Amino acid sequence: MSDASLITQEPEAEFGDYVALLKPRVMSLVVFTAMVGLLVAPVPIHPMIGLTAILFIAVGAGASGALNMWWDADIDAKMRRTSGRPVPAGRVRPEESLAIGVALSGIAVVMLALATNMLAAGLLAFTIFFYAVIYTMLLKRWTPQNIVIGGAAGAFPPVIGWAAATSTAPVEAWGMFALIFLWTPPHFWALALFMRADYGNAGVPMLTVTHGHGATRAHILVYSVILAPAALALAATPIGGPAYLTTAIFCNAWLLWGAFGIWRRREAEAEADNYAAEKAFFRFSLTYLFAHFGALAIDALLRVQGAF
Amino acid sequence: MAIRAEHELHSRRRSRNIGLAVVLVGFISVIFGLTVVKVQTLGAIQGFDHVVRPELLENAQ
Repeated sequence: MSDASLITQEPEAEFGDYVALLKPRVMSLVVFTAMVGLLVAPVPIHPMIGLTAILFIAVGAGASGALNMWWDADIDAKMRRTSGRPVPAGRVRPEESLAIGVALSGIAVVMLALATNMLAAGLLAFTIFFYAVIYTMLLKRWTPQNIVIGGAAGAFPPVIGWAAATSTAPVEAWGMFALIFLWTPPHFWALALFMRADYGNAGVPMLTVTHGHGATRAHILVYSVILAPAALALAATPIGGPAYLTTAIFCNAWLLWGAFGIWRRREAEAEADNYAAEKAFFRFSLTYLFAHFGALAIDALLRVQGAF
Repeated sequence: MAIRAEHELHSRRRSRNIGLAVVLVGFISVIFGLTVVKVQTLGAIQGFDHVVRPELLENAQ
């Protein structure tokens, strides 16, 4: 090998680029909700097994992120928000992303089965399949309902956490699923309202592109109206408690007020203040989800302490 | 003459190598920790085939 061959044509990836393939910000939400699913389950789990379960649920989520980046490299390159990702930026080759996604998927599912049980591993395998194939490959470029159905993939982690602890998936676990599932559309549609040009340029049929801002605002309100009772209903299940009920009442009142405000706004008003209300609603929706799951964890700890 | 100047390429490769080493050591630690916990929570077993022996449980009581 000559010294000249050291000067490569394409930029080489550093370790952080491979970490970025796993979408660490999405992973943080997965880790948090899966951890709460484990915590609120009525069966205690050894801390080492619990940590291993959360680790491999997170690895599974990261694997589906890598598969998403492999498949979506063409549209990621067209959007300002995603053009700096390792594959469209040329730092990681698409086939590398595919290989990492497939390998980590296998490792995550097998390790979760070995650490916990087959139900949790099966749910994780289905989640990866749902996100990578059903959402990324089939729905995302085909229907403006992509976010609604695709949201199921992000809603599975607390169910997997619960299943890891108990080998079951009862109604409380599906209540947590419903909370994330119904929260996803208003959260992403608020983002799409102020990122419209991005999705339009890439040809992704987001609701804002196919039906316009007015319809999207109405959809945000309708989904918020469905989400609020679903969130409050979780307080009536055995995993609910005073912390959750208080959080749900305040957060959902705020959610409905925010959604109503967004629905009432005209486009000219939004453009005039650079989508301030939509951006605030998007930021609040993140707090909303963390607050609900945080409250469930607090109630679980209070229950262990015998507070109620 | 040896080339001493460090190209950006080298620092990227070093970052990959160190990152991979950390991931592998972490993975080994997880497997080891999980094995210890699984074996400890199995209850009374005999070393040669790791199968629960009722007579050991009776003796333990």
